[in-house]
Amino acid sequence: MVNPGHGRGPDSGTAAGGSNSDPFPANLRVLVVDDDPTCLMILERMLMTCLYRVTKCNRAEIALSLLRKNKNGFDIVISDVHMPDMDGFKLLEHVGLEMDLPVIMMSADDSKSVVLKGVTHGAVDYLIKPVRIEALKNIWQHVVRKKRNEWNVSEHSGGSIEDTGGDRDRQQQHREDADNNSSSVNEGNGRSSRKRKEEEVDDQGDDKEDSSSLKKPRVVWSVELHQQFVAAVNQLGVDKAVPKKILEMMNVPGLTRENVASHLQKYRIYLRRLGGVSQHQGIMNHSFMTGQDQSFGPLSSLNGFDLQSLAVTGQLPPQSLAQLQAAGLGRPTLAKPGMSVSPLVDQRSIFNFENPKIRFGDGHGQTMNNGNLLHGVPTGSHMRVRPGQNVQSSGMMLPVADQLPRGGPSMLPSLGQQPILSSSVSRRSDLTGALAVRNSIPETNSRVLPTTHSVFNNFPADLPRSSFPLASAPGISVPVSVSYQEEVNSSDAKGGSSAATAGFGNPSYDIFNDFPQHQQHNKNISNKLNDWDLRNMGLVFSSNQDAATATATAAFSTSEAYSSSSTQRKRRETDATVVGEHGQNLQSPSRNLYHLNHVFMDGGSVRVKSERVAETVTCPPANTLFHEQYNQEDLMSAFLKQEGIPSVDNEFEFDGYSIDNIQV
Amino acid sequence: MQRQVALIKQSLFDQGYLDEQFMELEELQDDANPNFVEEVSALYFKDSARLINNIDQALERGSFDFNRLDSYMHQFKGSSTSIGASKVKAECTTFREYCRAGNAEGCLRTFQQLKKEHSTLRKKLEHYFQLARQAGPKETARRPK
Repeated sequence: MVNPGHGRGPDSGTAAGGSNSDPFPANLRVLVVDDDPTCLMILERMLMTCLYRVTKCNRAEIALSLLRKNKNGFDIVISDVHMPDMDGFKLLEHVGLEMDLPVIMMSADDSKSVVLKGVTHGAVDYLIKPVRIEALKNIWQHVVRKKRNEWNVSEHSGGSIEDTGGDRDRQQQHREDADNNSSSVNEGNGRSSRKRKEEEVDDQGDDKEDSSSLKKPRVVWSVELHQQFVAAVNQLGVDKAVPKKILEMMNVPGLTRENVASHLQKYRIYLRRLGGVSQHQGIMNHSFMTGQDQSFGPLSSLNGFDLQSLAVTGQLPPQSLAQLQAAGLGRPTLAKPGMSVSPLVDQRSIFNFENPKIRFGDGHGQTMNNGNLLHGVPTGSHMRVRPGQNVQSSGMMLPVADQLPRGGPSMLPSLGQQPILSSSVSRRSDLTGALAVRNSIPETNSRVLPTTHSVFNNFPADLPRSSFPLASAPGISVPVSVSYQEEVNSSDAKGGSSAATAGFGNPSYDIFNDFPQHQQHNKNISNKLNDWDLRNMGLVFSSNQDAATATATAAFSTSEAYSSSSTQRKRRETDATVVGEHGQNLQSPSRNLYHLNHVFMDGGSVRVKSERVAETVTCPPANTLFHEQYNQEDLMSAFLKQEGIPSVDNEFEFDGYSIDNIQV
Repeated sequence: MQRQVALIKQSLFDQGYLDEQFMELEELQDDANPNFVEEVSALYFKDSARLINNIDQALERGSFDFNRLDSYMHQFKGSSTSIGASKVKAECTTFREYCRAGNAEGCLRTFQQLKKEHSTLRKKLEHYFQLARQAGPKETARRPK
């Protein structure tokens, strides 16, 4: 560590804990991620000068695995925006969702759009390079703030999460009511925050003191957990969901109301974000959305979409659909492309309930489901559960959050059958709005539906899982999968958005992709896909579609890190076409589904991996591979197996730069 | 000797090769890390050489994938900014503008210029560090004036 005695003027301010009465800021455990070794070295030096404990890392994936391995090992993460292997925003989402740590973004790029993106993704701060040490000296405030917020949230017995700001009075009252010790509040080094809490608590019962002094292990919101959460929230209704009830419904031992409360808060933010974004996206989305309400009955609404046309457009050969469906669900798929909604419905139900794993929860929403699932993914917390999103189309909303991976592959097959492209289209899980769209689409896109279902397994049979706004794209673009591919190009981490395209192969989904920001990062196709999509997408692809989808999937897999430039292009092209019609969706329903599944397989790690896997797999030959997967009931295992596949070296953009400076 | 070193450094600033960021770096240097700035510089030049190589290859291919070039340049700019290499940074900015405009000719020209600036800076810094080491205990960065 820097020798405090060296007399550095600037540091002695906050950093020099020794000289201050409050030693809190010192020893903050910072993880800094940047592919530029020069910057990394400089940052490390600066942070050490601030008396922080620094770990540097030049790869986002390595950073993620570090974070996962040491759940409570870090207090704050600083990450660069442009990184070759993973977009910084995607990392941001992952961290926010899985570890709930404050993340600071930095970049030489100071354009407003990028900064805004950081904000919407939940970064607590955005630093412009060159970073000055003064800026770093104060990062500890973010740690404290977050802890306080969590603490406040957990204190609210009422379950209304909105206000996390320090409302002392409320806190005090709640404290007495609090049944659980907040788990997150006491984490980390928030000594000062703890002190504050203790002050408030001192006149309260012992429980408070315990909680404040206790360091609760951080709860990890795995995919399964998140899916359960989403399911519970959906059942209760997003607006009415209160942590206590959610907790009861989830019935997870060891989970506290505070955990749920803080997670709910994040989830709501995520939903809001998606909701906002999806507005412009989707023409399709809108149409979908309006048509359908949260309920899943959307199938009928889907009908409105003109499944016929979708079926006809038939990108998806009925056989493939059938295969997909069969594979996924293990049931006879609807071979008729022209199937109207009704067949979907059946499938839906089948999908939904039959294979929890495979199905995302919404039978018809296969396509949609995908989207749903994916939605959650990008933002980490958000992704998972978007109960608010209404799967409208059938399953779109799939509570993807939970276990996408499961449903994915299986789902797809079924989708393939149905013209319910929409579902796939709706993949865009990211956009809540999109989900709506998706739902409608699913009817059209047979493809998509199946996959998404798996994700939502957790949810009750009802199709309208909607919770997951996957369908950023009108079509339900399964956020995870396929749809992204098409769109992926444009959207970055949003994940959802790309997914939205859900394998329709219609690039049009790009539009839906949600945030315009995504669009900006065309380069980062992966953004969308990365997280969730890729996984599913890759899988999905092989089965259904023809080269188009394959490209899409491939595109997905590469997502960000990979040399997506070419894929992006493909995707873009496809996306454009897809948007127009649902029919297109048919093409890659499977894609979407699979991706979704993938994504959720494992809260964090899988995601990353699957991407790669998908990449490898997505190649045309992958079709067979996917099929195998489909047939497997247990997609997860399939995926897991895949993970074993040596990941493709996606360092396309990265020129063999492989300095690994991780210092643990 | 030390005065000489100081003068050289001053001139680097005056001539615009280095900017305040370099001073920030010098402030990070201390007894525990006496050669920090030099180490960072070495790292920077090594890394930027690699980037330059990549860009060279990309340009030679003649495909002019502006997106890719822009991405490279973004990295380059980031590094250069962090170390305070202002002239190099300026060339990076120009290059990126040409990229955005799709001006291949401009890109090529700028890149040549950039390489020149880069190598000039490298030589100057190497010289500076060499002298500084010889001069003994380093001088903390203090912008004369």
